[in-house]
Amino acid sequence: MAGYNKKAETAHVKAEHNQHDEEHFREKHLMLDPLPRGQMNDMVMESMYTTSWKFWVVFAILSVIVAWGLFYSWGRMILEGLGIAGVNRPAYWGIFLVNTVFWIGISHAGTFISAILRVFKAEFRRPFTRAAELMTTFGLVQAGFSIFMHMGRVWVFYWLMPYPNERMLWPNLHSPLTWDLLAITTYLLSSTMYLFLPLIPDLAMARDRSTGWRKNFYKILALGFRGTEGEWSHLRNAMSIFAFAIIPVMFSVHTIVSWDFAAATRPGWNSSIFGPYFVVGALHSGMGAVIMVLAVVRGTMKNMKYFIRPEHFDAIGKLMLIISMTWAYFFFNDYMVQWYGGDKWTHMLLHFHESGPMGWMWFAMLIFNIAIPWAVLWNQKWRSTPWIVFIVGLLINVGMWFERYIIIPISLSINRMPFTWRLYHPGVEIPLGIGTLAFFILLYMAASRLIPLIPVWEVEEGQMAHELKKFGRETVVTVSELE
Amino acid sequence: MAIELKVSEVKMGEAYVGKWGMVIDQDMCTGCQACVAACAMENNLSFVGETDSGYGRSMHWIRIERFWEGSYPEVKMTPNQPMLCQQCGAATCEPVCPAFATVHSQAEQLNLQVYNRCVGTRYCANNCPYQVRSFNWRDYKRPEPLPNQLNPDVTVRRRGVMEKCTFCIQRIHKAQDKAKSEGREVVDGEFTTACAQACPASAITFGRVDNPDSLVSQLARVHGHGVKHLEELGTLPNVTYFKGG
Repeated sequence: MAGYNKKAETAHVKAEHNQHDEEHFREKHLMLDPLPRGQMNDMVMESMYTTSWKFWVVFAILSVIVAWGLFYSWGRMILEGLGIAGVNRPAYWGIFLVNTVFWIGISHAGTFISAILRVFKAEFRRPFTRAAELMTTFGLVQAGFSIFMHMGRVWVFYWLMPYPNERMLWPNLHSPLTWDLLAITTYLLSSTMYLFLPLIPDLAMARDRSTGWRKNFYKILALGFRGTEGEWSHLRNAMSIFAFAIIPVMFSVHTIVSWDFAAATRPGWNSSIFGPYFVVGALHSGMGAVIMVLAVVRGTMKNMKYFIRPEHFDAIGKLMLIISMTWAYFFFNDYMVQWYGGDKWTHMLLHFHESGPMGWMWFAMLIFNIAIPWAVLWNQKWRSTPWIVFIVGLLINVGMWFERYIIIPISLSINRMPFTWRLYHPGVEIPLGIGTLAFFILLYMAASRLIPLIPVWEVEEGQMAHELKKFGRETVVTVSELE
Repeated sequence: MAIELKVSEVKMGEAYVGKWGMVIDQDMCTGCQACVAACAMENNLSFVGETDSGYGRSMHWIRIERFWEGSYPEVKMTPNQPMLCQQCGAATCEPVCPAFATVHSQAEQLNLQVYNRCVGTRYCANNCPYQVRSFNWRDYKRPEPLPNQLNPDVTVRRRGVMEKCTFCIQRIHKAQDKAKSEGREVVDGEFTTACAQACPASAITFGRVDNPDSLVSQLARVHGHGVKHLEELGTLPNVTYFKGG
């Protein structure tokens, strides 16, 4: 690890004694600050068992919001029709699709952090892979809700799936929407399995340390894992296959989502760069969401200050900065090529984006997605501070939501038939959107008390691999290859 | 079910000949909206009411678009533009439907909307460059005497379903059945669509565009300056417009 060596060097200059050096390392890096195995397991178990009254108050409020926003509103919409939403001609797609793209975007970073960093053996990933993977699964659940809400006749949703039927009617494979459904289903299944595999040893750990219904719960989920050499080698094989295989799945999902727009004939949508642009946009909002989740987990759950440290916010902050720059590049490229195309409708649309009645949103998007991350994240001290990166992550998510809002309902307001131009005003989409957000948080809260949020075995493995060695008077971090 | 056409083989409007087509003379259109009313009667369209209609949810399969040029006080009205489904030969609405609810009829060369297969993703309407599709946002009520007026040949649609102009396919079939029972071909002008029938200025003419002797084909040839809307998108529309002639 070159980074560690460099820090060791600078630390060496500062500290007079090697003893100071080591303390400095321990304080800073989780991997160099090992605790006894039993103690670490107990800490994670304790964090799962501890719930304050505040937890239950938030839980109850969110449950009410979910019941009202998601189930009551959706039920009303199913019974009365989409008329109570704000969609109209020409904005046939509204916030439902905005939320679908948004939630799929959120779900991207989970897999990105977990799979890509695992493949590249980035050591800082170890304590928060699970937290990120959970986000993937729960985000996809919300994306599923959003896309089904959007359908006019949701009770026949299964017509979109290829199932054997008497009339030999199949879904239309020319349609990007069919591929959307297949891609999202594939992603949901594979990311759930990918979440589950590294969870097995931790579930076994929890099984051995719990009583009552929890014991039975973990017993079933742990699939009889005992930790023999053979089980570990099978698990490692499966995990490395999934880590590699899920990366192309992740890229394909958001590319296919972008085809919903890129494959259409609408001005402003028909852009060939939408695939990578959407993937990067998804990572942008997803990384923001990961850092928000980590800041909340660190701040509210017991014992988490040991596992999640400023060094992790620092590392994710760097990634966020790079992704923000990449997003800016793609945004500029998309804008430039569309403008250069010279199509008069596209010109009108681009002009409408900036100076139309929703122009403030366009500028807010650029400020939240580019200006603020660039202004804040370059500074190591700032990006290591949880509350600062929480705000940056929040603003990035708002900005990315605005970006999708601009692409979908605002771009739909303008088309080649000026007689039909009309603005979109959301209706029941707002409670439904709030409902999905509340449901996401609710699921996450429940999961944080049901499954170990920290992959203890991965942290332990990392701590075993890292060592502080002394060469003469110099303290050096070494990492041995365990796998 | 995209039709088998390769772009390289198609010179716009030449190699492709549809079956049923329409000619609309914008210079003759007075904007009286009789076609809109007749279409609504013929095809059992719902009445959405003032609020929804004002919010862009009016359900008309044909609409009269009015435009003006210049700025006040030198405002000049341009000819009214009746806009309906152009029954494209290569329709953009068809490939995007995930459920095959909007398909191309091989026999009639029309775009069909299969109401009972529609799941309401509204992708077709987004992808229609002419914006002529109507969505059933709600189950709109028909107060009592109105149900007596429903056309028994046309399905009544429910909420959550897309619909659009069919070129009065029920009239096409009726005429074809009658001709078949009498052992002859359908004669040009034997029947027409509701909008063309109702037009007091005879601005709309409907018929077979693949028959060079039909009135539609002759009109298209006589004028020689007909345009098809958004032809540059390669949608191969079957409706020809005349303006300024």
